[in-house]
Amino acid sequence: MTVSILAAATTEVNTGDTAWMLAATALVLLMTPALGLFYAGLVRSKNTLNTFMMCIGAIAIATVMWALVGYSLAFDGEGSIVGGLGHAFLHDVGFEPRAGTTIPHLVFFAFQATFCIITTALVSGAVVERMRFGPFLVFAALWSVLVYAVMAHWAFGGGWLQAQGTLDFAGGVPVEMGSGFSALAAALVVGARKDYGRQALLPHNAVYVLVGAGLLWFGWFGFNGGSGFSTGNASVLAFTNTLLTPACTLAVWFALDAIRGRQVTAIGAATAIIVGCVGITPAGGFISPGWAMLLGALVALPSYAVIVWRTRTRVDETLDVLAAHGIAGFTGILFIGFFAQLSWNGAADGLLYGDAGQLGSQALAALAAPAYAFGMTYVLLRVLGAAMPLRGTERDEAVGMDLVHHGEEAYATGEGAILITPESGVEEELAVAQPV
Amino acid sequence: MKMVIAYIRHEAFEPIRADLLAKGFPSMSVSEVKGSGRQKGITERYRGAELTNYLRPKVKIECVVADGDVRTVVDTILTHARTGGVGDGKVFVLPVEEAYRVRTGEAGEEILQAHPDAAKAL
Repeated sequence: MTVSILAAATTEVNTGDTAWMLAATALVLLMTPALGLFYAGLVRSKNTLNTFMMCIGAIAIATVMWALVGYSLAFDGEGSIVGGLGHAFLHDVGFEPRAGTTIPHLVFFAFQATFCIITTALVSGAVVERMRFGPFLVFAALWSVLVYAVMAHWAFGGGWLQAQGTLDFAGGVPVEMGSGFSALAAALVVGARKDYGRQALLPHNAVYVLVGAGLLWFGWFGFNGGSGFSTGNASVLAFTNTLLTPACTLAVWFALDAIRGRQVTAIGAATAIIVGCVGITPAGGFISPGWAMLLGALVALPSYAVIVWRTRTRVDETLDVLAAHGIAGFTGILFIGFFAQLSWNGAADGLLYGDAGQLGSQALAALAAPAYAFGMTYVLLRVLGAAMPLRGTERDEAVGMDLVHHGEEAYATGEGAILITPESGVEEELAVAQPV
Repeated sequence: MKMVIAYIRHEAFEPIRADLLAKGFPSMSVSEVKGSGRQKGITERYRGAELTNYLRPKVKIECVVADGDVRTVVDTILTHARTGGVGDGKVFVLPVEEAYRVRTGEAGEEILQAHPDAAKAL
């Protein structure tokens, strides 16, 4: 997503580029409901709607915050740590091309907004089934600015990482490591579910998980393929790599599953799709299709190991955002340092092609991003937790977040339900009942 | 022989199952049921319609035990199912005429013997 790779930055809007970016923006927005489906399938049925609603909530909250200040802090000016407030409230964001691209500034804004949304939604995976809905929305509002917008500025908006040469095509730093290491911090601050480690807490619908993963992969073609902001070579390369890498990850994941448990699992396959897509996210426009396939195979290993390790700890990072996003993003960012190829990307070579310095730039990002995401999220949730309880009572958890926070059930049968109408004689509002 | 039928909260099931297993009672049938009692309904909202659902989900446990074991099983259920709130559930004890083991055709109370090693076998 570097501006520098767009050699011929013109001041004219290109219709072909704009048409693709309009479609790509819609593709990336679809990823958030897809993530909602993916996450909802992984939790128990009594928390289906709440889990989905955290993703829908992120669409509402992150979009508003992005338009108000987030976009400006990420993409206005070349400040080292954060951008300026020149684009706050969408000031000066119009039909003219965004500097360094051939697409209208408004389209660029909308495309970037969908990244902020999905990243904010990703973090919810660490705290599902126990965090209260209200505090989550407050957290989403603050996190999307304090963590996402800042890290997006570092990697895409002319901040210090981009300035010192870190290559990050579509968001290994702000999206993947940003969400993954924030998720670890969130899980530690909010704490484990009351039944964690005492009962088997099983995914209630593996089909949702597979459909969600499939739709995420579909949307990821816009996510990576749109991150060149054009229909040029970088976008084409990233688009095709988004097919190749996850396919290889899937194949290797099958093998790992088979070796470890003698059976290839469906939930494992869905996880592998995510891990592969995450791995190619930072590297998409920078490495050849051949190396993208190797990346797909390699990225499976550390993420698989972290998932196996994590479930044996007391850390209830419930939906393994750290393993699937943080670790896979870390792998992808470092991979660029070895395998980036000037003849494919027109920007830089990696260690294998003679530039060891690139590996240094990538390693710096791989250290700074996790540290900032973890630290900032930890502090943010500690402060928020002092102001309001982050989680409900044990009884709330027993009843399920759907009834407690939304007054709805995902699988209501209608049996036993009585409509309360003004004529029904129910005068006072019925107290929400004693939990089950 | 007695049949113990318990209607309990979902969250009470796992502690009861684990404790009964440890005491040598691995055999039971479990079903998800809905029922009404003194516990109030829960208010829900769907597209502006407000409704109250008086049927609350419960777990039903059925197990048949020898007369001498009834007290142990019932006490185990009562211990773990009690929160002190309305809606904790009920336990019923019913007489049972006869019992047969399908695999061998054996009959009588012997086939209900507690299995002290049940937990270890898992």
